Amino acid sequence: MDDALLLLLTMVLPLLGAIVISRLGRWPNIRELAGVLVAVALFAVVLNLYIDFRLGMTASIVLAEPFDGLPLAFSLNTLGLLFALVASGLWIVTTIYAIGYMRAHHEGHQTRFFAFFAVSIAAVMAISFSDNLFTLFVFYELLTLATYPLVTHSGTPEARRSGRIYLTVLMGSSIGLFLFGLLIVWSLTGSLTFTPEGILKGHIDDVWVAPLYLLFVFGIGKAAVMPMHKWLPAAMVAPTPVSALLHAVAVVKAGVFTLLKVTLFIFGPGLLSDSGAVQWLIWLPVFTILMASLIAMTRDNLKERLAYSTISQLSYIVLGTLLANEAGLFGASLHIVMHAFAKIALFFAAGAILVAAHKTRVSELDGLGVAMPITFGVFMIGALSIIGLPPFGGMWSKWYLAQGTLDFAGPPLAQYVLLGTLMVSSLLNIAYLLEIPFRGFFKKAPADDGHHGGEAPLPCLVGLVLPAAFCVYLFFSPEPFFDLLQAGASSVEVP
Amino acid sequence: MTSTLFTDHLAAWLVILPLLCAPVMVLLNRSKLVWLLNLVVSASCLIIALHILWDVSTGTVIHYAMGGWTPPWGIEYRIDGLNALVAVIVSAMATACAVYARKSVEQEISVHVHGLFYAAFQLCFLGLLGIALTGDIFNLFVFLEISSLASYALIAMGRNRKALNSAFHYLILGTLGATFFLIGVGLAFAATGTLNMADMALSLQDAANTPLLLTAFALIVVGVALKAAIYPLHLWLPGAYAYAPSVVSVFLAATATKVAIYVLIRCLFSVFEPDYMLDTFLPDILVVLGGVAILYGSLRAIYQEGMKKMLAYSSVAQIGYMVMGIGFLSAAGLTASLLHMFNHALMKGAMFMAVGLFVYRVNTATFDNLKGMGREMPYTFFAMVLAALSLVGVPGTVGFVSKWQLLQAALENRHWGMVMIILLGSLMAAIYVWKLIEVLYFQQPEKLRVQGVSSGSERIGRSPAGMVIALWVMALGCVYFGLDTDLSLHSAQYAVTELLQGRGN
Repeated sequence: MDDALLLLLTMVLPLLGAIVISRLGRWPNIRELAGVLVAVALFAVVLNLYIDFRLGMTASIVLAEPFDGLPLAFSLNTLGLLFALVASGLWIVTTIYAIGYMRAHHEGHQTRFFAFFAVSIAAVMAISFSDNLFTLFVFYELLTLATYPLVTHSGTPEARRSGRIYLTVLMGSSIGLFLFGLLIVWSLTGSLTFTPEGILKGHIDDVWVAPLYLLFVFGIGKAAVMPMHKWLPAAMVAPTPVSALLHAVAVVKAGVFTLLKVTLFIFGPGLLSDSGAVQWLIWLPVFTILMASLIAMTRDNLKERLAYSTISQLSYIVLGTLLANEAGLFGASLHIVMHAFAKIALFFAAGAILVAAHKTRVSELDGLGVAMPITFGVFMIGALSIIGLPPFGGMWSKWYLAQGTLDFAGPPLAQYVLLGTLMVSSLLNIAYLLEIPFRGFFKKAPADDGHHGGEAPLPCLVGLVLPAAFCVYLFFSPEPFFDLLQAGASSVEVP
Repeated sequence: MTSTLFTDHLAAWLVILPLLCAPVMVLLNRSKLVWLLNLVVSASCLIIALHILWDVSTGTVIHYAMGGWTPPWGIEYRIDGLNALVAVIVSAMATACAVYARKSVEQEISVHVHGLFYAAFQLCFLGLLGIALTGDIFNLFVFLEISSLASYALIAMGRNRKALNSAFHYLILGTLGATFFLIGVGLAFAATGTLNMADMALSLQDAANTPLLLTAFALIVVGVALKAAIYPLHLWLPGAYAYAPSVVSVFLAATATKVAIYVLIRCLFSVFEPDYMLDTFLPDILVVLGGVAILYGSLRAIYQEGMKKMLAYSSVAQIGYMVMGIGFLSAAGLTASLLHMFNHALMKGAMFMAVGLFVYRVNTATFDNLKGMGREMPYTFFAMVLAALSLVGVPGTVGFVSKWQLLQAALENRHWGMVMIILLGSLMAAIYVWKLIEVLYFQQPEKLRVQGVSSGSERIGRSPAGMVIALWVMALGCVYFGLDTDLSLHSAQYAVTELLQGRGN
């Protein structure tokens, strides 16, 4: 099939899926089947694109051109494929998991839930394949809107309050800062197309690079660089599959993905390091990494703790981006993948604990691992992968990020401090993530627990095990993603 | 013979058709028949207007001498891209309203005045079209009065007794505005000896009596600003929009202020030299007033407790965007203003149509009574959400297109403060729109709502198809013209080029 058509299909398929799902509300089983089928079909399409891309094919489409020179255009690109592969692959797993979770948890409005989930995925696909910053911005906003009904799903006053924070932070930052930055870039260069080497070079004074970049770092609220992180813990009020796929993978990664795109193809790593902007911008993610880890240690609510862990891990990617050297950017891109698999496993485990044992707090988990060995085992694997230990995929991205810090174009002291940050953060990870399986396996259950349930329903378990298996698998053969990124790296000149 | 009668006098038909039909409607006074006639007339006017837009977009300017009296003595219709664009906006909105009107009017207006209602509607429509087409400034005043008088009557037909009060309020302020305008025209006539706008513009170039002209200029601007509800002369607007019958709210919100803005643009750029503005502080004043209007209107909208009032204050803010665009005195700024005229007509029209449907169902538009209605009326609600998103300026909708254009203009002039205000305005719009969505969708109804009670022969437990269809056409228009700007952006750009070139700028 024509590749341009396939590209369009990545966005149209989930949208069609959403329509079909919304019509099947009366037959939940058929609805779920349709959901899984669409997810599988989408993954097949993306995989097809990946194979074609590796064979050297290119594809691009223009949907509309509202302004001269600013089309809504999509094209195949390395980073986008990486992101789309991860998101669409994990969508299958999440759909299966969600079937078990939503039913066992007796959630209402399931049709609405699955429909908006599909719309969100369509927006994510559009973000991945955006050919210019304008298109990316359009779908970035749409993603916020499409996920809002998922965050407020339960409709309780608390959910509504969280939904308000979610919208205020994300829309406020994107309209107030991101759009503003975008406008400045447009008025400076007259272009927003993603170009290797960036488009800003020669159009901007070195002094102004850092302030402009700040507009993007804070404007892209989805990347959750402090102090723009408040929305993520708020979003944890959503059902767990949403927290897992959207707020550990799709939405937050859309944020760092956007930042990565802006860095590589709008500013260009060369401009960032030559102008000296990175010398002090780099401390923003450093602060976020440490601060978020410290906050995570104080949180007793399991999902909230995971949310702060996500904030900290996202800043790894921002850090890698700002290192602006080959190893750093490579590590950052790879971390999008590795963190996705690990964090989704963690969230699924948290959801399984909620569904089977009705526990949300870390302090209540004592001894639960005996009753739910698979769940806690998966949590262990996810945690270890996030910490960055072999034999789990998370090691690779941390390896390259660490290498990137040593190549950082700054004084040796800064290099060591950056490296030290990564190490300290890993230690903090151990402290707040491994506490959970330890409590589960080694502490005695309180006597009057009264809960004797076993594992979560089967679909949940299937969803749990798959990402965990991938965490291991990606340690031994990360080639698909390695190759993809290296193929991409040859088109991006990094100093 | 007929065909030449028709084609030669195409421009005149736009005005004559509604004028002829208005008395027929009064005589017929049969609800359905009158409604049908109203629809047919509005639709025919839309077709003619589109035809004219097509004609002038090739670069020709249509000159039509009313009654065969040659200008500058007779009344001349001079139609360029700008005129045609405004005429299309007005007649398109009238057609949409006509589709929408039947059930809403049946419910809100007592049956024996339906003929009068539609006749007044046609007169208002005719007045607005006439303003858009005429090239004679006194004739413009006459049309302004026709449309204003008709709209006073229309507003007064609202069911709430406050409608009378609002109509009277509008009458006083509207008359003041018209008087200012008329005195201004009189002074300009004294200075130049002509009423034809093109002719007046020529004579103004070498008119010596500057104090007289400046006075005329000031009076005309203030008069029109009152009609356009430019902050701080907006006081009549919230009441008028809030208490008028639903159809009238839709029509006035979508067209009346836009046409007044058109008059402002025409007077500032075609009749008087832009130099007149440069000598005064007017451009700066317009920019600042626009900015204040955006902030003030949005702020007031956030604190409203009723949907109609909220939308009315939002209109005050949106007019601010248009005024700001004019104040930038650049092609980009003017394009943004014209574009926003078109786009705002679409989105505010759709919003008021949605309100009308809610009113139809629950008889009121205060938030207390609308809680949870979105879930009961999903089709209305989702169309409203589309329009609401355009009001915020979410990309992919019309609101984004015009705001983007305006931001470009602001950046071009290095008005950083205004860029901030525009972005802030969008955020504030997000706040009031979200408040609305929360009320409609997430809050639980507090009191028992009586559903499916028959009123006369009709059940009001269902939304009438005509109203929903009209709403959806407008709402989809919000998205369509947000993606495909060929028609709106290009005709606006074209109109601006003509406007500026016509003056040798």
